[in-house]
Amino acid sequence: MEKFETYHHDVLVIGSGGAGLRAAIEASSAGVKVAVVCRSLLGKAHTVMAEGGVAAALANVDDRDNWKVHFADTMRGGQYLNNSRMAELHAKESPDRVRELEAWGAVFDRTDDGRILQRNFGGHKYPRLAHVGDRTGLEMIRTLQDHGIHQGMDIYQEYTIISLLKDGEKVVGAFGYDREKGLFKIFHAKAVIIATGGMGRIYKISSNSWDCTGGGISLAYHAGAELIDMEFVQFHPTGMVWPPSVRGLLITEGVRGEGGVLRNNKGRRFMFDDIPDNYKGQTSTDEEEGWRYTQGDKNAKRPPELLTRDHVARCITREIKEGRGSPHGGVFLDIAWIKEKLPNAAEHIKRKLPSMYHQFKELAGVDITKEPMEVGPTTHYIMGGVQVDADTQMTSTPGLFAAGECAAGLHGANRLGGNSLSDLLVFGKRAGEFAAKYAKETAEGKINGAEVEEIAARALAPFEREANKNGENPFQIQSTLQDMMQELVGIVRTDKELSEAIDRINGLKELADRAACGGNRGYNPGWHTAIELTHMLTVAEAIAVAARERKESRGGHFREDFPEKGDRFGELNICIKKGAEGKMEVKHIPKQKMPPDLQQIIEENK
Amino acid sequence: MALTKFNIWRTNSNGGQFQEYTTDITEGMVVLDAVHQIQAESANDLAVRWNCKAGKCGSCSAEINGHPKLMCMTRMADMPADKVISIQPMKAFPVIKDLVTDVSVNYRTKLKIKKFKPRKPDAADGTWRMAQSDIDRVQEFRKCIECFLCQDVCHVLREHDLHEQFMGPRHLVYTAALEMHPLDVEDRRGDIKTEGGIGFCNITKCCTNVCPEKITITDNAIIPLKERVADKFYDPLMKLFRMLRSS
Repeated sequence: MEKFETYHHDVLVIGSGGAGLRAAIEASSAGVKVAVVCRSLLGKAHTVMAEGGVAAALANVDDRDNWKVHFADTMRGGQYLNNSRMAELHAKESPDRVRELEAWGAVFDRTDDGRILQRNFGGHKYPRLAHVGDRTGLEMIRTLQDHGIHQGMDIYQEYTIISLLKDGEKVVGAFGYDREKGLFKIFHAKAVIIATGGMGRIYKISSNSWDCTGGGISLAYHAGAELIDMEFVQFHPTGMVWPPSVRGLLITEGVRGEGGVLRNNKGRRFMFDDIPDNYKGQTSTDEEEGWRYTQGDKNAKRPPELLTRDHVARCITREIKEGRGSPHGGVFLDIAWIKEKLPNAAEHIKRKLPSMYHQFKELAGVDITKEPMEVGPTTHYIMGGVQVDADTQMTSTPGLFAAGECAAGLHGANRLGGNSLSDLLVFGKRAGEFAAKYAKETAEGKINGAEVEEIAARALAPFEREANKNGENPFQIQSTLQDMMQELVGIVRTDKELSEAIDRINGLKELADRAACGGNRGYNPGWHTAIELTHMLTVAEAIAVAARERKESRGGHFREDFPEKGDRFGELNICIKKGAEGKMEVKHIPKQKMPPDLQQIIEENK
Repeated sequence: MALTKFNIWRTNSNGGQFQEYTTDITEGMVVLDAVHQIQAESANDLAVRWNCKAGKCGSCSAEINGHPKLMCMTRMADMPADKVISIQPMKAFPVIKDLVTDVSVNYRTKLKIKKFKPRKPDAADGTWRMAQSDIDRVQEFRKCIECFLCQDVCHVLREHDLHEQFMGPRHLVYTAALEMHPLDVEDRRGDIKTEGGIGFCNITKCCTNVCPEKITITDNAIIPLKERVADKFYDPLMKLFRMLRSS
């Protein structure tokens, strides 16, 4: 093993987005030696793209807000499949996590009396999202980065982890390579935290960065950790649809929070036509009242555009399918109309939604202060992922922790906007804290040299195939997978299509085993993609298998062949695990029981 | 549109050279799309750094027809139709491979800047009060996506390679955001004068012109910092006061 450069740390954090950095800061402050592995450069992770805000019941704008209401909103949004303990911790702790960012230098937009301003968002009863215009994620990641670099952690930029390493049942490190030279590295660690974010890149139309390939979920799965809720993928209702090269790029829900409305090609606000029963009590049926809500009228109910993302995405899909869509296959999102209501509306829009203005102007040649945007659903987030203990974020594999999007439980069947940024702060901190504690109580494990050699040989195989001229183009396999997932495992699903998807994934696995790449190991995207295919295919398979198993429609998961909610499925989570033979196993596990005090909070907030 | 020719910088054992590629450009494509298409079709190992393809992460900086730009925010429709499009790595940084440069100096420079140090909280619950009007300027600086195009175009770094003596526009903006933060009580004026080398900047505004976030780097960040440095070190009355106090 002398041939591979080897590092020793107490806690290894894989991923440098919000959750990874928050975990690393916490672990460092506990006095252990921490490594952060960034797949890209530091500060470039997908968290930078978060726009609308971070949800926390600070009650700065509406003093009726508190953690109980936030808890109840999160559970309702998740269709009660959420882990209630996680939802409780999240609602209770997110205000402190946001205030802490301010103490580290974050500069949130302000209320008139100088406190952190909060805005409306889908599914949140009160204005709850602390924000910085529409670039909240950038503010968060920069704050964590600029604070974190002074905490004494070792940061490995542009390193990719290929596999976790185990000693018996325990995770004891990881194996990867640096992109610059393509040299293999061994990381010894007493505890490993997976914070690798989501998997949007396995779909063709996605709002996600290139590195959102589900890598960490796959690493954990192959290390024996259990996954849950993988069928719940969030399709954000408003992605760009034109021009084709930016299809899927996110348009923040903040546009609707600031008064933007959805219309079909008949000019109708179709969201008024379908308001789910469990939201009827809090949703306006009157356009004028909806506008007043967005402008802060505490007595007004929210407009139906701010219903949960799963529902809005399905309504948009319906409009498009039934021929009422926009010219390029979306619907219209109009914020320009507010000029009827506000003086200086154009300036107001540019101030509240600067990146959106910029994005449409630069990439589509559309001035959103003058004309409506064309929007359609885009793959945005996975509610499922690695199953974790609510308090400690430890997975079912000892020594392995997970936090942020790659972990599961908080969001249930559908995530509310703004709850992901608070998720990664609350549970990033917890993962860091408990991983450090675990590391202090644990001795360094032993790494199996033969196993490492085998992983290295497998990773290098694409070069040999290229030399023998019998390989497949990894980019081609990736793009076939993306098209297939979009077509067969998208917003509307059926048993037939999901079964076909699973067959085709198996076919693609065989192709991926023959992926080839030329050139040398230094900064080689072809090689990187060839290695990445294993992760992408694993996650794609888990989604398709779980989606086929859940024979009902709930939250982000809609089955055309089972369009209603099923009582039995409302009581269970679908769990996926790697079986002894290496085959994917699926089982039903009863959902976690909610204690009476939390049950009561839900009743009180119905 | 149609088949379009590109000259893309490829490194080799002798340094590097432009190599010609042709790919089909369709409506709405940006330069990064074209590079990806070339990569997938005919150059699997062509190195390019990118993440978000939305102008938010600042990874895909390069020089397109000689202009420092984000590849993801440069539309093919805005390129001259009749010319070969050249794409090369940022000149101010060492090349790792093809279009990818080693920007690690920026991370080392930032680490030397004293971190944010807030005043005591204003309220009993540990929170602060700040007026929106007092943070507008700082928020402008905090829009920075760290694409380092301003560093690339700055002649002090680009032509004279003074990365160790001059922190460059990005880090002056970063320092300005800290110095003008209403809560911050640290004093970085001495550091930017000596280690930061703010005197090297002769306000040609090249940095401001290339900033994809349209931060008015020179006027709003660098000039006010120069004034603060001048007030502290070169104000004759203050100098006298310091001499008297230290004697």
